[in-house]
Amino acid sequence: MRHILFSLCAAMLLALTLPAMAQTPSGPVQTLLQEHSALIEKASRKTVQPAIDALATSGLPAAQTVLQKWQSKDMWLRKDQDGFFWAEDLGDKQYRLYDFDTDQPVGDYDKKALKQLKPNSGVRALIGVALVQFQLSDPDPIRRQEALTAIKRDSAPAHLAPLRASIEGETDPAIKARKEQLEVLLTLRFDTDDAARVAAIESISKDISLDARAALNSLLTSSIKYAPAETANIAGPVEPGSADLTVEAAYDMMVAENAATALPSAVERKTFLSENIQGGLVGGIPVAQLSTQEARDRAYATLNPTWSADVSKASIVANAPFFRVYAEPSSAVTTAAEKALNSINTRVGFNQSLDLLLDGLSLASIFFLAAIGLAITFGVMGVINMAHGEFIMMGAYTGYVVQQMVPNYTVSILIALPLAFAVTFAAGVAMERLVIRHLYSRPLETLLATFGISIALQQIAKNIFGTQARPLTAPGWLDGAWVLNDVVSISYIRIAIFVLALIFLAVFLFIMNRTRLGLETRAVTQNPRMAASMGINPDRVNMLTFGLGSGIAGIAGVAIGLFAKVTSELGSDYIVQSFMTVVVGGVGNIWGTLAGAAMIGFLQKGIEWGNPSNTLAAQTYMIVFIIIFIQFRPRGIIALKGRAAGD
Amino acid sequence: MRKSLFARNPSVLIFLTCLALFTLGVTVLSEAFGTDMISTSFVKTLGKTLCLCLIALAMDLVWGYTGILSLGHFAFFGLGGYMIGMWLMYERTRDIIVTSMANNPIPPTDSEVVAAIGNQIFGVVGSSDFPLIWGFSHSLTLQLILVVAVPGLLALIFGWLAFRSRVTGVYLSILTQAMTLALALYLFQNDSGLRGNNGLSGLQNLPGLDDVPQSVVSIWFLWASALALGLGYIFAAWVVSGKFGSVLRGIRDDEARVRFLGYSVEGYKLFIFTVTAIISAIAGALYYPQAGIINPAEIAPIASIYLAVWVAIGGRGRLYGAVIGAAFVSLVSTWFTGGQVPSIPLGFYTIDWVDWWQVVLGLSFVLVTLFAPKGIGGLFDLISGRTSPNRHGQDLGPGAGSLQEQEAES
Amino acid sequence: MSTLLEVSGVSVSFDGFKAINNLSFQIGNAEMRAIIGPNGAGKTTFMDIVTGKTRPNEGRVIWGEKSVSLLKMSEAQIARAGVGRKFQRPTVFEDQSVFDNLLMALKKQRGPLSVLLYRKSEEDTAKVQELAAEIGLVDQLPRKSGELSHGQKQWLEIGMLLAQDPRLLLVDEPAAGMTPEEREHTTSILVEAAKTRAVVVVEHDMEFVRRLNCKVTVLHEGSVLAEGSLDHVTSNQDVIDVYLGR
Repeated sequence: MRHILFSLCAAMLLALTLPAMAQTPSGPVQTLLQEHSALIEKASRKTVQPAIDALATSGLPAAQTVLQKWQSKDMWLRKDQDGFFWAEDLGDKQYRLYDFDTDQPVGDYDKKALKQLKPNSGVRALIGVALVQFQLSDPDPIRRQEALTAIKRDSAPAHLAPLRASIEGETDPAIKARKEQLEVLLTLRFDTDDAARVAAIESISKDISLDARAALNSLLTSSIKYAPAETANIAGPVEPGSADLTVEAAYDMMVAENAATALPSAVERKTFLSENIQGGLVGGIPVAQLSTQEARDRAYATLNPTWSADVSKASIVANAPFFRVYAEPSSAVTTAAEKALNSINTRVGFNQSLDLLLDGLSLASIFFLAAIGLAITFGVMGVINMAHGEFIMMGAYTGYVVQQMVPNYTVSILIALPLAFAVTFAAGVAMERLVIRHLYSRPLETLLATFGISIALQQIAKNIFGTQARPLTAPGWLDGAWVLNDVVSISYIRIAIFVLALIFLAVFLFIMNRTRLGLETRAVTQNPRMAASMGINPDRVNMLTFGLGSGIAGIAGVAIGLFAKVTSELGSDYIVQSFMTVVVGGVGNIWGTLAGAAMIGFLQKGIEWGNPSNTLAAQTYMIVFIIIFIQFRPRGIIALKGRAAGD
Repeated sequence: MRKSLFARNPSVLIFLTCLALFTLGVTVLSEAFGTDMISTSFVKTLGKTLCLCLIALAMDLVWGYTGILSLGHFAFFGLGGYMIGMWLMYERTRDIIVTSMANNPIPPTDSEVVAAIGNQIFGVVGSSDFPLIWGFSHSLTLQLILVVAVPGLLALIFGWLAFRSRVTGVYLSILTQAMTLALALYLFQNDSGLRGNNGLSGLQNLPGLDDVPQSVVSIWFLWASALALGLGYIFAAWVVSGKFGSVLRGIRDDEARVRFLGYSVEGYKLFIFTVTAIISAIAGALYYPQAGIINPAEIAPIASIYLAVWVAIGGRGRLYGAVIGAAFVSLVSTWFTGGQVPSIPLGFYTIDWVDWWQVVLGLSFVLVTLFAPKGIGGLFDLISGRTSPNRHGQDLGPGAGSLQEQEAES
Repeated sequence: MSTLLEVSGVSVSFDGFKAINNLSFQIGNAEMRAIIGPNGAGKTTFMDIVTGKTRPNEGRVIWGEKSVSLLKMSEAQIARAGVGRKFQRPTVFEDQSVFDNLLMALKKQRGPLSVLLYRKSEEDTAKVQELAAEIGLVDQLPRKSGELSHGQKQWLEIGMLLAQDPRLLLVDEPAAGMTPEEREHTTSILVEAAKTRAVVVVEHDMEFVRRLNCKVTVLHEGSVLAEGSLDHVTSNQDVIDVYLGR
């Protein structure tokens, strides 16, 4: 309280005297600064610490400002008079100085009369550490959060004490939790007491967050050393020539430790030989004969009698002591960290399988979505439609066109879904009427004719929309992901696609089992003549069923377009997988398609997980697997049995 | 009843004569001969077309005669190309490396040469070591054996798996398509050992024959392609003319019946599948040195579907139909996509054939399937006055539209 | 009389429906047998099992003097072992000539390579001519079999069966859709065949069965209901109840 009163008085006094004479202010901070002026003016990383500590622990309200200004190179000195100030650039090389204690201007000066303090980066870092405690207890919670983030990003041992000190007075429970969490992470890395560190390590042995794992991993950083000191914290021996340590590297290490003499590499020996050609001979051997390693070795040995081809690096390093050494000196800490990391990795593994399961589920729903239209046209009707993929593409482009006209993404998707259905339904009906109807008894020719339509549609799309990918943007509320923890998360779009797949399944089941069209479709596909004689018009039913399957492909196209690139090749990317899904699942059964999609989706994710760098390889192995799978279940997972299945 | 192959199949002699005349004509008009009426690049196009005719012949055997709509034969074609390409690229690179290393003060060792070749070939995929599959690439003989062996073995294994489990009809088509896709995806990887999507290039340069101009090389390949096509045609005619052909067509029309006659349908299918795969591979091995480059996109499933399109447009179940289809469609495609066809201005829009040819091809294919299932070959029936037998209204079976060489004489 | 084919305790079900239920059946060399029964009695399924098209859930099918099991063999192997089958609907290769159809069926090496290298001999041609004479299709040899009449196709198929020279002939409704004269001819072909081999005829037409003049087996709901001469079974009360009476 006294300080505040004092400064108020001082401020009033100053205000009265200004602009009379710019004398040296004598506030408490100024006094403190003057005390350490020598250290501050010639600040170096090694010596400045007492000055910073004095400021930081002074408890003066202006201390934080001083440190901030100092750190940001805003602290100035007057050359002729004493005093530290912060300055405002008035332009034209004129600066207005302000007193730290009072925040009042003390006068305008030309740059020549001033000296700017430019602490180097080492000093600035030290100041930064000192500032942390102020930020950690800053009244503004956002500043406190920022400070925590900054510490987490770039932590130093010095952060630990101010962080601990700030936990007590923290009022915001969320920030307090973060502080405590961070305190543990800092403790296990920087505390001087091993027992405290081990305790901290054990306390996070169930934490699968990335931070915890990074902290533990940083404790376990290690390097390979030749003949490390007795006291070193050794993780284990290393065999030269293994994946961790090549023979070359091991040998170089020995040379660096003076445990071995450098041997010239093959390339160096060759250079040496080429420099010592004399009259077409090297070491008595004609140059033309030096096209084998053996001859070169002989020539080199002649010129360098000490060198022998029999001395191999491998034999020298073979029994040399190479060890993996932890950077962390305390073995208690590294042991505890190993243990904790192992237990965490088990949990992470479990969570990863969960994540993989979610990934597989979402891939399965994409396949299901792409294949469900085929499950109707191919599965139920037996029509093989190679242009199915192009219907998916048409749906996606419909979505794109609608988005060009309706700027609101939510509304445009709501319009695009039924419109895509309408467009592809019409295309499907037209195709059935004009082409497929004439080819019902000739499945192979249907395949080829629909393929013709497929390439025509693809090229037309290319001519209209160009070859570059068109965006189909999802509404804002589908952005982001549902995050369970640092390992398990799934984007909302994928959840939406999963829900859409479920809806489609329900719609399919409803139409096939509960409506007149479904009944008639099943009748027509099972026995068209009988169905016709019972008053069902097979032409009409076929047309509608095919239209329905195509329409669903259109809706699937909108959904797929939301996360994939919309190009004219969109459909052909999915067509083979879709057919596989239907065939693997078992033709003529929607549950089979579901099972097929699930199997292909999960399996592909599983293979990708085993070989994460390479989705192409995953697809390759997937297809090979399917080919082999068909050996054992030629009719798919859920097969129709008996004579009804036909031959 | 016994007659020679040529007597039974007059079309073989006619075909061979046409082929010989064609080859002779192109040779005489070529740059190499000095007449310069046909450019070297067009000679190459014609040579490549002959190779396409050969694979179309294979496709006709497997589809038109046996009823297996394979969408995988272009994969075998591509594999054949890759196999010969490996040798061409290795030897060619070796020539260059050896020449450049000849100036080194110290002659290179063999392993240095190999390492330099590896660096040169695999630099684009960030590697320098030779993968295992290149183990034979230094030897033309071994690599020529691989041209036949690799696709043959793949076809044998795949066919054995597929036919054994009685996968037929469209299912088999989808399965072969999947096989092709798997192979293409595999080759697209950088670590497949075949340079990923860069493929193999510079195949038009024959190692050790730097002095021979391309105009002459192109003629050599034209001859080789023509010879292969001629031999392939005779072989195909021989296969389909006898009892074996009867069985094949039987399998196409009623597989179960053939089985109950005691023929192991699977064995026959496997035989014809593998043999045609080998023919395709030979065609590919002749094609890609003329094309100069091969990459995995060539193997994509769509290529195999185009193959079926050619055969269907030409006319299935007759050998000359396949050849005509492949030659006609591929040459017309080259013409249209080459930008030589004038655009049609409609006032509001200009039809540029480079863009619209695919549409025309796709739709004309639909029309052929619907209205002319016999394809171009059907025109010969009109000329020769042959008619299809009256089937009493029964449908045509899976090989609808296919027609046999040996028609009823009544 | 030694047993050529023995089927014992065979059952097969499709999705829970028992098409064949504990069926046992025997036939000797050079025997003619007619199988009758109502629709769904399992007649066709029985043939499917013997020819290897359908695998039974349980039971044994034993063939020939060496008593080999047919259950482990493929259709083609069974056919080569000497079981010939004629389908309900005439199935001949319509796109090929009658001659080619018969030549294909002729008992020869069936492997792909030997067929590829096969060259037609005078002997084979004579054999085909002889068969054609037997089934009355000598004039039709060069014609496409697709152009034949329904009855001629049936005969051609029987001719193809005979060309295979099987030891057991399974004939499914050979007389369906034939004129009375054609039936007469069919009967004589079959009776002639039964002199040297076993013939099993599935038929609905009682008149036709009577003319075959052989032992009759009545199937009902997948098992044997009665067996014996035609007169014997037609007087059987069960048979009258389930089959004849309706």
